[in-house]
Amino acid sequence: MNTIFTEHPNALLLGEDVLDPYGGAFKVTAGLSTKFPDRVLTTPISEAAITGLGAGLALRGYIPIVEIMFSDFLTLCADQIVNHASKFPLMYPNTHCPLILRTPIGGGRGYGPTHSQSLEKMFMGIPGLKILAPSVFHNPGETLRKVVIKEKGPVLFLEHKLLYSEKIQVNTSNIQLETLSAQDGYGVAVVRNYHQGNPDVCLIGYGGFSRDVSSLLLELAAEEIRVVVAIPECIDPPPIEILVRLASEAKRVVIVDEANEGFNWSTGVAALMYEKLWGVLEAPIKIVSSEREAIPTSQALELGMLLNKTKIEAALLETISWA
Amino acid sequence: MQSITDLYRNMYRIRLFEEALLDLFSLGVLRGTVHTCLGQEGCAVGVISALDPVRDVVSSNHRGHGHFLAFGGDMRALLKEILGDVNGVCHGVGGSQHLHVQNFYSNGILGGMVPVACGVALAQKLNNTGGVSAVVVGDGAMAEGVIYETLNIAALWKLPLLLIVEDNHIAQTTPKNLGHSTPLEGIPIALGIKTIAMDGNDVLKVYEVTNDIISGMRQNQQPCCLILDTCRLGPHSKGDDTRSTDELSSCKLRDPIKKAEESISEDMLISIKRDCSQEVAILLNELVSK
Repeated sequence: MNTIFTEHPNALLLGEDVLDPYGGAFKVTAGLSTKFPDRVLTTPISEAAITGLGAGLALRGYIPIVEIMFSDFLTLCADQIVNHASKFPLMYPNTHCPLILRTPIGGGRGYGPTHSQSLEKMFMGIPGLKILAPSVFHNPGETLRKVVIKEKGPVLFLEHKLLYSEKIQVNTSNIQLETLSAQDGYGVAVVRNYHQGNPDVCLIGYGGFSRDVSSLLLELAAEEIRVVVAIPECIDPPPIEILVRLASEAKRVVIVDEANEGFNWSTGVAALMYEKLWGVLEAPIKIVSSEREAIPTSQALELGMLLNKTKIEAALLETISWA
Repeated sequence: MQSITDLYRNMYRIRLFEEALLDLFSLGVLRGTVHTCLGQEGCAVGVISALDPVRDVVSSNHRGHGHFLAFGGDMRALLKEILGDVNGVCHGVGGSQHLHVQNFYSNGILGGMVPVACGVALAQKLNNTGGVSAVVVGDGAMAEGVIYETLNIAALWKLPLLLIVEDNHIAQTTPKNLGHSTPLEGIPIALGIKTIAMDGNDVLKVYEVTNDIISGMRQNQQPCCLILDTCRLGPHSKGDDTRSTDELSSCKLRDPIKKAEESISEDMLISIKRDCSQEVAILLNELVSK
């Protein structure tokens, strides 16, 4: 954020509780208001209004970064996102609206039903809206910087809560990491637990699940199961061509996301991939999401119903042995 | 400074334009929907004429043709847009309710442009040009929550936001007494915002009051709310006027155009009416196929 604010004098941040010394509910803006006091604005609790303010600022030459404290609150921003910010560049000639909405997604911290969701699927397929979700294999700061530099329309930037304390992962001898560049310039992290041959299965997902990928891959490597994991940074529009290419290496695919089951990112991506992989796949595409329930606060219940490593592993094994 | 004659001319051409649209509907030429500002021209012209198209920004609503034309928008481009022509203001995508050119924006979600206009006001404060951000809503839209959120922020952050409420006492088919529990001015006043309520059909007075408000806002960045009492002479859109004949008659008595005519000479009126009629007739001839 410091880099962005230094490089772009027209960047602003609006949000609740973003000032120092608190520095934001997840500390993302710590230090920023001290260094750029005129450009970090603490707002009343008015998600709809601050999103609209962001849209107005974006129309008039600023790059507003609006922090929505929990993505569960995006429902309050919906009209401004869908009927204003996204529409302006589409309805009006020669118009930019580079509004960036940053927000934490995901469960696993026991915050309960209205502070743990991954509601981004509500905003998928909205014309003019782009959705990004960095993982542990991406550099979120660099990604955000890229957004600020190139995007002319609104962007939803999803930060999984459990990744705030994680480190960015790099190549190791057992986990091969390469980053492919999609057409739009955003990265697809490709992680493999093998060096030679074709993978047995391709796992596709984004955001929070990435923190379990390395340990999962190591466990499966021990059983000589070769997995290629494809983790796009830009999830809407998804880099279908790259995902199809990686999926056809394995011919067996598992797609996961942490949203509650029912008309998800994974089912949407699967439908797009089926078109291109018909006749190539050796098994139906397996989808894993969280249960279609309110996310409970109790740890055992919460971790049991959310997308988790156990469910992903079971899905991988099921897909590999499907005949 | 504009004279009553200038203001009258602007109102009259808006009147003819809006009436022509409703005729085009009846002839089956116009597709979709329009929300004409018949009877409310005094508000549009009175307020918008006091704004500077270079420095100030106007955000309008579904009933925005009057604001568009009063702010200097091109009538030909507007008609083309409403007719769905790709050479219209927004290439036929926006249509009547979604217009943008230079410093004019309109959208079709009631109250939705208020926070956007507040963001614009913040941009203007940061740009330090003395520019003002004006946004227009109706009395019906004043029930939308996002307006309260925005007014609170505008007052807190001292932003040059001018909220204009065109109070025509009806929201589509719902009379005001079924929409509001309290007089509208109570709300901005409660938030510490300077609020003026007046007759919106006296175009010269509206112009003078707005001029004062704007000069004040350019000096002391503060939001302001201007509530204009007016009357909708036409239907909400087309064929959806549920008011009684009595109500409509008393509305006609308040016609801002008739009122302004009282201060203008007969000769001048004839000349203005002729010019405006010609302008609209030429346009219709050019753009509407027989």
